[in-house]
Order: sequence, then C-alpha cells, then structure tokens
Amino acid sequence: MSRIEFNKVCKRYAPGLPLTIKDATLTIDDGEFCVFVGPSGCGKSTLLRCVAGLEDISSGDLSIAGVRVNDLPPAKRGVAMVFQSYALYPHMTVRENMAFGLQVMGADKAAIARKVQNAADILQLGPLMDRLPKALSGGQRQRVAIGRAIVKEPKLFLFDEPLSNLDAALRVQTRLEIAKLHRDLGSASMIYVTHDQVEAMTLADKIVLLHTGKLIDERGSVAQVGSPMTLYHRPASTFVAGFIGSPKMNLLPGKLVGAEAGHALVEVAGQPVRAAVDARAVAAGSAVQIGIRPEHIVVADTGEGAALPATLLHVERLGDASLLYVNPGAGLPTMTVRAEGSVVRPAGTALSLRLLPEALHVFDAAGQACMRTVELPV
Amino acid sequence: MNNRVRTAWLFLAPMLVLMGVVAVWPLLRSVWFAFTETNINNLEASRFIGLENFVGPYGLFFNPNYTDGFWASDWGTAIRNTFQFAFVSVILETLAGLGVAMLLNQEFKGRTLVRTAVLVPWAIPTIVSAKMWGWMLHDQFGVVNQLLLDWGLIADKIAWTADAGTAMWSVVLVDVWKTTPFMALLILAALQTLPRDCYEAARVDGVHPLRVFWKVTLPLIRQPLLVAMVFRLLDALRVFDLIYVLTSNDSSTISMSGLVMREMVEAGNVGFGSAASTSLFLIIMLSAVVFLRATRVKLAEA
Amino acid sequence: MNQRPLLGSVALYAAAALVVCISVGPFLYMVLTSLKTGAALFDPAIWPKQATTANYTALFEGAQPFGRHLLNSVIVATVTVGGAMVLAVTASYALGRIRFKGKGLLMLTLLGVSMFPQVAVLSGMFELIQALGLFNRTLGLVVPYTIFTLPFTVWILTTFMRDLPGELEEAAIMDGCSPLRIIFQVFLPLLWPALVSTGLLAFIGAWNEFLFALTFIVEDDQRTVPVGISMIAGATAYEIPWGSIMAASVIVTLPLLGLVLVFQKKIVSGLTAGAVKG
Repeated sequence: MSRIEFNKVCKRYAPGLPLTIKDATLTIDDGEFCVFVGPSGCGKSTLLRCVAGLEDISSGDLSIAGVRVNDLPPAKRGVAMVFQSYALYPHMTVRENMAFGLQVMGADKAAIARKVQNAADILQLGPLMDRLPKALSGGQRQRVAIGRAIVKEPKLFLFDEPLSNLDAALRVQTRLEIAKLHRDLGSASMIYVTHDQVEAMTLADKIVLLHTGKLIDERGSVAQVGSPMTLYHRPASTFVAGFIGSPKMNLLPGKLVGAEAGHALVEVAGQPVRAAVDARAVAAGSAVQIGIRPEHIVVADTGEGAALPATLLHVERLGDASLLYVNPGAGLPTMTVRAEGSVVRPAGTALSLRLLPEALHVFDAAGQACMRTVELPV
Repeated sequence: MNNRVRTAWLFLAPMLVLMGVVAVWPLLRSVWFAFTETNINNLEASRFIGLENFVGPYGLFFNPNYTDGFWASDWGTAIRNTFQFAFVSVILETLAGLGVAMLLNQEFKGRTLVRTAVLVPWAIPTIVSAKMWGWMLHDQFGVVNQLLLDWGLIADKIAWTADAGTAMWSVVLVDVWKTTPFMALLILAALQTLPRDCYEAARVDGVHPLRVFWKVTLPLIRQPLLVAMVFRLLDALRVFDLIYVLTSNDSSTISMSGLVMREMVEAGNVGFGSAASTSLFLIIMLSAVVFLRATRVKLAEA
Repeated sequence: MNQRPLLGSVALYAAAALVVCISVGPFLYMVLTSLKTGAALFDPAIWPKQATTANYTALFEGAQPFGRHLLNSVIVATVTVGGAMVLAVTASYALGRIRFKGKGLLMLTLLGVSMFPQVAVLSGMFELIQALGLFNRTLGLVVPYTIFTLPFTVWILTTFMRDLPGELEEAAIMDGCSPLRIIFQVFLPLLWPALVSTGLLAFIGAWNEFLFALTFIVEDDQRTVPVGISMIAGATAYEIPWGSIMAASVIVTLPLLGLVLVFQKKIVSGLTAGAVKG
C-alpha cells in the first residue's frame, strides 16, 4: 500500500549542468524506514524533494503505491514532509498549523478536529496546542512539524535532516522518539535524509548510500542499498566502506596473489595474508586494496591470523576504549586500531597486528568489493 | 515547474497591462506628437511636420535663429541649468549626507533624536519646502536676509530667488536641504554593514581616524555610494516642482521639464513641447548609460 | 570601549546640534510664521508678539476651498496606492519567488519606467485623460500617478517577498496550497509590516505630486493640496498671503511628519531595502 519504486530516476538542474542524480533505481517496501545518506553534494536532499514533488524529475519513473507520480503535484501524492527548519506557519497556533493542510484539502471540521487531536495525543502536544511557534522550544517545534505530517495520514513520510538543528542530547532523545513513531504508525513508509551515519545505522531498515562528485557520473548516484548490517559488513565499494563506520575502515594497498572458492591470498606490506573472500573474478597479480575495520584488528604478539608489524605513533584514550594510530611500514598509510580499555604504551613501541581472514575485505583496482564468504552477523 | 512559470506570467499580467496603458501608450503618443504641430485646445487636429520641431528654424537644435549660439537659447539654457543643478546638488548632498551619516554612526546620547530630526526635511512636501524657503529667502521680510544683515555678512538685502546670479543657488540650497537626509540614511545603512574588525585593527595599529576614513571607509562604501549618486543624478535631471514654485520658471533657473511645461501647457504648443519632452527623455537615457558606464569603470578599477 | 577625548566630544555634540538646528529650524520657523497675521508678518522678530490662529481659520473659510483640496488629495492618494498594492502583491510574488526567463530584464524595465521624466508622457497622457473624460477631475489623476506608484510598490514588495523563507512556501505547497493561497494565507500575514511601510511611502509620493496635478486640473474645486498651496492668493493681486501659505503648509506637513516619525524605522528599512539591494 505504500511501496515506493524508483526506476532510473535522473535529475539535472539545467541543460549543460552535470546530473545531480543519475540512474537511481531502488524499491522501498511497505512500512519500511529508509534512510538516504551520503556526503555533502550527493543529492540526497534533492532526491527527497523529487519524491515530495518539490523538484521535477528529469527522466525515469517514480511510483508510489503503484501509481506513477512524476507529474502529480505534492498534495496529490499522499506524502507528508518534515522540514529541516520545521517551517511552521509563524502566525498560526500549533492547532491551526496542524489543521491547515486538511483545511486546504476541504475536509470537514469534525474530521479535522479528530485527526488533530489524535496526532496531538501521539506526540504529547496537548498543553501546547494554542501556542504560537515562537513560544516553543526547538524540540517542541519539531514535534509540531511531525504532528502536521501525521495529521494528513500519508502513505509516506519524508524527513529532511530533522535532527540537525537540535543539540546533541536532544538529538539522541528525538532519535528514539522517531524510531518509536515508526513502530506506532506501522503501515506508512518513511524516507529519512541525513548526513550522519550514526542516525542511518540506528534508525534504518534500509540504507541508501549515495555517491558524490565524479562517482555519480561513473557509477550512478546509488552506491549501495541494504540493511545497516549489510552495508557495515559487506560494503560494496571502498566508498561505502569509508563512509559507514567510525573510525573509518583501514585501507592498505596490496596485490592479489591467488584466489579460490572460499578464500584469497593477498600480499600486504610484504606479508602474505589470507582473506575470507571470493576473489576469483580478479586477475592474479593485480593491485588490490585490503580493508580492515579498526575494531577487528587484534594487537598481540601471538595468535591467529597473519602478523603485521607496526610502530605505535599515538594513543587516544576515550575512557571505554583506546584508539591506537600505528605505522605499518614505509609508504603505507597510518592505520587506526580500536582496543578495549585503556592502553598505556609509549610512542615508538613496536607492535604486532593480527589480521584474521574473517576480518578482511578485498577491493579490486576500481574500488569494488570482492564477495565476502563470512556469515553476516544478525 | 512550468506551471510555476505560467503562474508567474499570470500574476504579472495585470500589472504589465496597466503599465502598458498608463505609461507605454502615453509615451509613444508623446513621441508621436513631437513630430506634429498640435495645439493643446484641439488635440485631434494635428499636422505632421516631420523633424521641424527638432531641427531647423522652429526647432530645438541646430536652429539658425540661435544667433548667440545654442547654449544661449531657451532650450540650451534649460539643458545647461538642469545639468548644473543636478551635478552641484548631488555632489553637495552626497558630501553633506556623508557627514551626517558619519555623525549618526557614532554612538552618543541623543543619537535617536538627531536621526529623527534629520528625517524632517525629507518628510516635508517639496511644495511646502519651496514655499517655506521662499519665505525665508524673501528679499524684504525673509529671516535669512535679516540674520545675515544682523551678523554683518551682507550690506544690503539680497533677492535670493529673483536675482539671476543667486536664483539657481537658492534652488540648490533647498534641494540639498531636502535630499541630504535620503543620502545620509543610505550611506548610514552602508556604513553599518561594514565589518567592525577593520576598524579595530586600525585602532590597535594606532592609525589616525582621518586616514582610516580615507583609506578604509571610503573604498568600502564606494559601490553603494556611487549607485546612490547615479540614482539621484537621474532623479535630479527631471526636476520641475522646486524650480517652478521657488523661482517661477525664471529663465535663469528654468529646467528642461520647466521648459516643456511652458511650451506645452502655457503656450499651448503641444508639438514643440512634445519634441522637447522627447529630447529630454533621450538626454536622460543617454546620461543614464554614460553614468552607469562611468561607475562600472570605477568599480572595475577598484 | 575607549573614552572619547573631550575635544572630540564637544565637536561631536556641536555637530549634532548644528544638524538638528538646520533640519528642524526652518519647519519651526514656518510654524511660528503661521501664527502671525497682518503687519506682524513684516516684523523681523522671529517670535510672534501675538500668536494667533487666524490664518488657520481663514484657510477654511476663505476663497480657496482648502478643506476640499485636502479631501481630494486623500482620495487620489488612497485610490492610487490601494489599487497599486493589490496588483503589486501578486506581481511581487512572481518576481520575488519564481524563477523565469526575462525576470531580470523585467525588473530593470520597471526601474527604468519609474525613473523617466514625467513630462515625457505629458502630451500623450493629456490626450488619454481627455479621451477617458477624466480631465479636470480629481480621480483622473490616478491614471498618471500609477506610472510611478505601481513600479515603486512592486519593486519594494519584491525585495520583501524575496526574503521570506523558502521552506515555509514549500510546507504550504506540501499542504496543497495554490500560489494565491500561499500569498494570502501564508505570506501576507508575515508581510503586513512591509505592506504598511510600502503603502506609506507610496502614499507620500502620490500626496506630494505636483506636475500632473497642475496640468490636468484647472478647476479649483478639484485641485489637490500641493497645487492648492502654490496658488493661495491674497486679497489683491500684489499681496502674497504668507501667513495663510505657512498655515496651509503646516496643516499639510504635520500628518505626514507624524506618520514618518511614528513609522521611521520601517520607512528607513523600506527605503534602504529598495535602494541598496537594487
């Protein structure tokens, strides 16, 4: 009932300008919480606005609940939008703000009052109903903005960076409220735009990570679509691997020595290392990149996996964990290792980094990932 | 989005139509009349005479009857008067406006009072200003003459608005008095958008305030200042009310617009008057182009 | 903040006092003159020995229908400004918020029209007014007054429309509002201070207009105030009734002055918005 389908959607602002969105093809299922995320310039807000109807789609098809909506005005698409700056009507009270859209559509007074009350209950806006927006705090205004959307009972909710104007503490709290809202509203789908990958990882059923810059032309706008865990453990490219996860995944240059069905042998910093990937599609001897997340590296002199010698450059202690910045060798990029607890070691210490096959990612010369052969954690 | 564009034109249409009827049509007709001989009492009977109103023995320009030269003729004098008035006025009111703006930019007790006071000359209708100053500059009973006599600055009372030597200056005086607030407010607005850090850096460096003004302030407000001056210059070229009421369109002060009025309405010579008004229009357009070019050159240099 | 040196302070306050005197002095003198009659006018003393309101009463009982002039001015200015504002609201929405080809040119043309000399259209306008049967009628002045009032109001309102937040308009679009609804139900409540100051400025412009009022109205009854004042004549051909003229001037100026002073902040922002941003 609220399935959204993008089919090769492209958007160009003016002839002669490069495509802002290229060949976006994806499906959002009924009731799914989908997050559009990506670095600045990736077109995530533009894509959202195309769904809303505030921007025209240059080519391709967009369907909501089976109906092609490219040419429909926003009010006829069954969508409701929560703006980054909330965009509440300053001269109207909270109640009037929420009722306005329904009034424009011509609903009768009783129905309007009922729906407004319903939304107010869900969001606990009761005591605020007769206030003007300027008498509300940021968090309260945001709830009114959400209430304004709920009242229209849309098939699809659109959120444009709703948390970016809130302070850190409020952000966490509101994140939880939005997650709860999604559970309560059940059948409606939600598209949520953010630049913050933590919000994406915690809220999404499905993440759509978008390319930026030249990559849009080379590979289309969509870098990867999948569940948060899929993007985290099976990034489809170095772009995805570098965006999701903080601190970023370590990427080292290497060479593919050989590949079999269950694993591949690569050479990194002069060391032969086994990786649990299927790299048969890549020619032996070609340059590849090895990826490993900071928390998957074990610092131990003995143990499983290949040993990579490195020199400790600097330690950052966060309280519950420590970040170790190490140099794996001349000409190689600095690596980050995340260790539990407080690590107290002087700079210059020689360390041994253990690289387990299940922890390694391999990317070909074009940055595309080789299929990992480990199970995805739940 | 094409819907939006269509809506835009729909919303603009009434305004455009009205402007067409009220401005474009009369302008075109006026230009038409310039090529005719028409009397104001009978607009329908107009006789096409080509360029006779513009050049030739009955024309504005290149008239063999101008024995003392073009600039001594009525039309030439009017052009000369108008440009003199415009340039002198605008330069004076810019300088005065700059001074007042610098004053208002300082923080001191009673600043709001001064700012309110400064608005008064601008709020007074031009006619009233003309009459008011006309009274103050009156040769026999005017307070200006009285004060100047009392302070020993002049020997006899001067007929400021009637005497050919001083009439134009009295017009300039009133115009400057009236328009300085406008310039002052514009310049003040520009001054207040200037970044504070330049000044603080200068103060820390111990730079003398006059140098700060010359080297820092002036270049930074140059652009809005030039824009305001061009605006005012073009505005001043159309002057009519002040001169008509203060000096009754006397030949030493008559402006181009004044001459048009005299010929068209008082003498009833619609054709000739229209030729003058069309010429005025062209002169102003030409001036606009010249002024804008000149300021753009200055801005490009900056 | 540093302390201003004493000499600097003195100079500053002296300059301020001078500016205030020059600005307000003439007007005060005008008021004082209006309170003198007869021979007192020719007395060089500044203050009236016997202040009297005779001039004021004479205005309304005298040969010129001054009261009628005031009424005419009010009617013309109100109708002109009212009509212009109605058209300007929708026009400024289009110019301020919709992107379309030719907009820049249109704005420049509007500016150009408001800058051209009134006399340039005089003969054509004369013909038009006569054809419409509006010659010598007060309301006929609305036609030429629109030439400068309409572009002016459109220009100023456009800058205000431009400054309204885009997301507000988008929220209204998502709520299903048509452009007209957006203008009247969402923007207008936010714009009304701008409307007031723009209307005020336009009103003052129409009120003060002289040239067209002089040319197109010859019957005293239909005249507007500026022309009326310029024609106040005395009992004999040689006598100029300065007292009455000053009184009339004061009456005409006081409301304008009052309005300007009360709304000065808004007027200043309107003026500078139109000019600086233009």
